Amino acid sequence: MNIASTLKPSARDAAAARKEYLSFRLGDEEYAIDILRVQEIRGYDNITRIAGTPPFIKGVTNLRGVIVPIVDLRIKFELESVEYDHRTVVIVLNIGDRVVGAVVDDVKDVLSLSPDQLRPAPEFGGAMSVEYLEGLVDLDDRMLILLDIERLMNSREMALVDAMERGGAEDHGE
Amino acid sequence: MEFSSFHDTFFDEAQELLDDMEALLLGLDVERPDPETVAAIFRAAHSIKGGASTFDFTALQRTTHGLENLLDGVRQGSLALSPASIDLMLEVRDSLLGMLAFHRRGEAPDEGAIARATGLLTDLAATMPAKGGSVETAREDSAQPADTAPHGDDTMRLAVRLQGVDDESAEGICEELGLFGELGEVSVENGVLSATLATQSSIDDISSVLCFVLEPEQISLTPVEPVEPVESIKQAPQASASTAAAREVPRERAAAPARRSEQSSTLRVSTEKIDQILNLVGELVITQATLEQAAASLDTRAHEDLMRGTSLLQRNVRDLQEAVMSVRMLPIDSVFNRFPRLVHDMAGKLGKQVELETRGHDVELDKGLIEGIVDPLTHLVRNSLDHGLELPEQRLAAGKPECGRLLLSAAHQAGNIVIEVADDGAGLNRERILAKARSNGLEINPAMSDEAVWDLIFAPGFSTAVEVTDLSGRGVGMDVVRRNIVGMGGSVSLFSTPGQGTTTRIVLPLTLAILDGMLTEVGKETFILPLSAIAESIQLDPSSLKRLPGGGRVVPIRGDYLPLIELGGLFHVPGAERDLGKAIGVVVEADRTRYVLLVDRLIGQRQVVVKSLETHYRRVPGVAAATILGDGTVALILDLPMLAALQHEGLPGETPPAPVQAISSQPSTVSGVEI
Repeated sequence: MNIASTLKPSARDAAAARKEYLSFRLGDEEYAIDILRVQEIRGYDNITRIAGTPPFIKGVTNLRGVIVPIVDLRIKFELESVEYDHRTVVIVLNIGDRVVGAVVDDVKDVLSLSPDQLRPAPEFGGAMSVEYLEGLVDLDDRMLILLDIERLMNSREMALVDAMERGGAEDHGE
Repeated sequence: MEFSSFHDTFFDEAQELLDDMEALLLGLDVERPDPETVAAIFRAAHSIKGGASTFDFTALQRTTHGLENLLDGVRQGSLALSPASIDLMLEVRDSLLGMLAFHRRGEAPDEGAIARATGLLTDLAATMPAKGGSVETAREDSAQPADTAPHGDDTMRLAVRLQGVDDESAEGICEELGLFGELGEVSVENGVLSATLATQSSIDDISSVLCFVLEPEQISLTPVEPVEPVESIKQAPQASASTAAAREVPRERAAAPARRSEQSSTLRVSTEKIDQILNLVGELVITQATLEQAAASLDTRAHEDLMRGTSLLQRNVRDLQEAVMSVRMLPIDSVFNRFPRLVHDMAGKLGKQVELETRGHDVELDKGLIEGIVDPLTHLVRNSLDHGLELPEQRLAAGKPECGRLLLSAAHQAGNIVIEVADDGAGLNRERILAKARSNGLEINPAMSDEAVWDLIFAPGFSTAVEVTDLSGRGVGMDVVRRNIVGMGGSVSLFSTPGQGTTTRIVLPLTLAILDGMLTEVGKETFILPLSAIAESIQLDPSSLKRLPGGGRVVPIRGDYLPLIELGGLFHVPGAERDLGKAIGVVVEADRTRYVLLVDRLIGQRQVVVKSLETHYRRVPGVAAATILGDGTVALILDLPMLAALQHEGLPGETPPAPVQAISSQPSTVSGVEI
């Protein structure tokens, strides 16, 4: 899909503030995250399960000699169908000085968005608190959910970081 | 290039020089100082001074300069040393270290630090009486009070020429100069102050004071009609800076890089870089294993070259891995080094006489272990000095030499490193330990073996010291020592004979980065058990198992009943062997817990590279670390002592911790989704 043509720059002065996002699919919804957090994209394989972790933590994998946790966002977001097939991919993220892999259904596009395209996310009673959403973006034919992936991955509920290590400020957002 | 990167180099070098200085000072014979040693100490001070002036670390420069002057006096034979002056020099060295710490943080040393250093230097000068004979010549104005900073013994006349001085500040400057000696013929013309100064202070001292009000370019101090011993002030033939008697522009000299007396053949590399190489080598090992696996399916004869290639690759990769590991190894000397000073200081405070001997300086240990062993060893040495060794009179009364002996040794033993701290003190007091254990509510029995009694010392909160002293017994007990050492995969034990002393023996693995492990399988999952904690493996007889109330089972082993932990059940491993008769029991002895761990299969013994889970994830209950197997998958290394606790408490997932938002509807078992 050619996104560049669907996105018309709405204001010239906003061009400077445009940010690039990587969009991916979780079930029927399309999400997007800051592309600067993305290190690489790889297939889903060779995951070692760890007992006693929440179900959305699939385990750890070997990323060129470094041991990295793998989180399945579909389970975390309580999607109904969670399947592992040839399109299932892991987005390897850089969060602070940590590396985390996020399992998603399909990676779609790289988009350039300006802040005025963002609509505030409504308070909705979903699996996930609204504080991890940067906002919604209405593209001509579809809606994008912008995730604050850094805050989500650092959050207490993801249980990716020992409580002691976590900076207090990150616990509950601002 | 970043200027700050020079700073770091200077800090590292200065640190090393200060360490050298400490070792040299401690080795100095007060009565007959070895000229070589004194010169070496002098050079260390001088090198630091050079660097400090390059970076304009004024206080550091002035203090080292003061020390240098005094050391020079010793070198020239004009000043005498005493034990007190060695102590003070050590303290000056410490204050230099303190200033260095300030600069490292990017701050200037605070007033207190500077004042303390100046005070120490003054005290130090007072402890060093001038020796008669050699340099008494130029003491014409001995009436001159020696009030300011340390100085040489000789008076010289200086022509002072200061530019850009107005009449107002001239007065203050003259006052300052007056403090250095006799000021004469002052004139101020066109903003140039000229004067002559008869002083015992060196040009450096004076200019560093003037630097507070003037730029170095404005200052010119030139000796006139130098009285004969000037040469001896301006000594230091090897110091590049002191060849010119006059220093028109001190900064010019300072701009030249501090020259080191000897070329170093070592290279400073950050640990991260080494670990990165280690990671890459680990990857290479895996790639090589993959290749070998692929090659194994080929016909050997048809692919002879390939086979030769892969086996050569295997050997090279292993050598490479060993070589990289060896880079992480440091001689234990870097730990032992700190003890002469500690012993010196503590013995002084306690009024004891102690002779410290160290053996096995060149035994090498992994950097991680070196860092981890410092605190436990310090604790043990303090214990020996404080509680082990007796006061001189007690020793004499016991028929022992006045001077106690403390031996620190390191040696290789069967793939391990053995470190011992041994003293020839009073030994452990069995009765007192038992009494203390009783009052602490520990389980004791009067017929206990000595070993079992000594073991009580490692119980939390145990201290036999009658009262807590300033030097040891600060609540950090032997339990912490043991925990630290067990945490590094080692063990610690005590040996003691009443009246003859106590020996503490620490056994450590060679490295933290590699572990001797037993690969085991449960279902389709691989787990690694540290070999050091495995006593044996047994085939279980299901009928011999006894069930305890509450559901636990015990295995009878040679008269003992050991609890049974089923790894598959504990970790909810899918497809774990249910038939106890087919499973394997591994007898685990770790940190004084014994149990039988049930696994499906033993795969074999393997050396594995230890990888932390915490780098990118977090601590996981029951898991010590992870490693990467030959096929590139991650396998967990089990924390065997902790498994016993988990058996009682269950995994955290089963007794959910603090309720988390919105995910309570999730099943709490791990098998939410099958792959």
